[in-house]
Amino acid sequence: MSNATQTGPNPTAERKPVDLAAEFLDRSTPLSRVRNALHRYPALSPALVLVIAVIVFGIISPRFFLANNLSLITQQVAVVGTLAIAQTLIILTAGIDLSVGAMMVMATMVIAQTATQNNVPAPLALLLGLVVGLAAGTLNGLLVTRLKLPPFIVTLGTLNIFVALNLLYSHSASVVGQDLPNLITATGNTFKIGGIGITYGVVTMLILYVIMAFIMSKTAWGRHVYAVGDDKESARLAGIRVNRVLLSVYIAAGAIVAVAAWIQIGRADAASPNAGVDLNLDSITAVVIGGTSLFGGRGTIWGSLLGALIVGIFRNGLALAGLDVLYQTLAVGVLIIVAVALDQWIRKVRK
Amino acid sequence: MTLTSHGIPAGRSTAAEPTLRATGLVKTYGRVVGLDGVDLELFPGEVLAVIGDNGAGKSTLIKCITGAEVPDEGHLNLQGNDVQFKRPQDAKLAGIETVYQSLAVSPALDIASNLYLGRELRKAGILGSLFRMMDTKLMRANSKSELDRLGISTLQDVTVPVENLSGGQRQAVAVARAAAFGSKVVVLDEPTAALGVRESNQVLDLIKRLREEGIPVILVSHNMPQVFDVADRIHIQRLGKRAAVITPQSHSMTDAVAIMTGAATS
Repeated sequence: MSNATQTGPNPTAERKPVDLAAEFLDRSTPLSRVRNALHRYPALSPALVLVIAVIVFGIISPRFFLANNLSLITQQVAVVGTLAIAQTLIILTAGIDLSVGAMMVMATMVIAQTATQNNVPAPLALLLGLVVGLAAGTLNGLLVTRLKLPPFIVTLGTLNIFVALNLLYSHSASVVGQDLPNLITATGNTFKIGGIGITYGVVTMLILYVIMAFIMSKTAWGRHVYAVGDDKESARLAGIRVNRVLLSVYIAAGAIVAVAAWIQIGRADAASPNAGVDLNLDSITAVVIGGTSLFGGRGTIWGSLLGALIVGIFRNGLALAGLDVLYQTLAVGVLIIVAVALDQWIRKVRK
Repeated sequence: MTLTSHGIPAGRSTAAEPTLRATGLVKTYGRVVGLDGVDLELFPGEVLAVIGDNGAGKSTLIKCITGAEVPDEGHLNLQGNDVQFKRPQDAKLAGIETVYQSLAVSPALDIASNLYLGRELRKAGILGSLFRMMDTKLMRANSKSELDRLGISTLQDVTVPVENLSGGQRQAVAVARAAAFGSKVVVLDEPTAALGVRESNQVLDLIKRLREEGIPVILVSHNMPQVFDVADRIHIQRLGKRAAVITPQSHSMTDAVAIMTGAATS
């Protein structure tokens, strides 16, 4: 063999491992390019999942694309989708809000009770609901910024407080839709686009998405929210008033939750003190699946709409396919873990 | 060259008023005395290094100048006007910019966004005033020209997220942010502590560049060769007081260390 006879160093054999090492360091593999793309556009992966889910469920069940079914999906997504906007703001600051569901139920009960029992005019009742949301958001924000408590603990506490306050206030009594003024249940009314019934609640949600996406990407406040979530200390040193930004985020979230309350009344055609508290977890699910990082500073508002749609379409599609409801829950669970694992992997781009 | 007691070249002390003058700064933390009546002068277009052992009061001094701490006693005078800083934002508004060793940039934001973080420009007209829309295009163009002016050639694309940059490049972004926007004083607190040799040299070049631009610089550093490389004058802190002000020409590194540790006086 020629190799065995060679005594001196073989130049070609020696250069080869060096080239391999350089290639290794360069890391311009297809996989890393995918990772870089996902890193830059966090809504890319949920968008792909959504498209694939729609195609797959469309093939499995011919009823999936029926107008009635598509209409149903949008209605099912409207409330969670709206709460997910509020949740996105908070998660972008590296926080979390467990109280959004309870806050929303509290606002629905105040709107419904003041309108029916105290004969408050409908617009004023809705305004009172907004005040409840703003106050609850302010409470969360003050506890996070003044007492420096972790958002998880603060909102776990206020979740229980809001549930209790709500039951005390409403005496655990529901208000049915027919007792409520038209304006308050108007979010449940539908109009048709191409045969698909769309509720005004869905339109309200979409308008909120447009407004918040604009604010988050085009205004200084939005950029400051990202900066605070990205690196709090750096943001402070750059001259951003971190606590003021955080407080404003919780207050804005409270206002959005109050709008979700209005959509919820229309969707359920009732105000019930017991339904909706668990939507906190659904909203977090939508945000996480939508590509927003739980570590803060990374993600988009639109991603959360995709996340809410993915959950809605999975539940709907699996139900149409005739699978037990437990499998829907199972699928959502798997989605959450895949989404967070993907986020961890994407973040490894950081050097 | 004749030197005054504080190492200021004799001709210069009468010619130029200091850009920044601190007199009698006192800061105590409970019973611990951080600063015990410290004076500091920074003249136009010079690099003043601040050195001292751990606990000598370097950081406290810098924090008092940059608004991160409020001194118990003493005065700050910036370009002839008495100033008081209650928070970093106050110092920033007055024209004192600070670069920290911790690479204080927002990793997920791009270079232009980092340069303008906290002072974003808004669009002209109703888009800016009513809709609060940022002028991203203008901020990017300004960032580009600012980096060119400072000779930071390694950063070409200002839309790259900062997390994709090396440590030296990130610190360059931080220095550029401090030097841009017509700042009067740039304070660098251990800017090379987290960097390698080559990256440190890039930052030192930037500091020299700032001096050429006429921006006075306060440089806090542990690194004696770096200090003696770039500084015009060296302020030595010891036990909460100013032990001496020397120049790289008048004293050697060994002398400086001796003063720092108390083995010698100036």
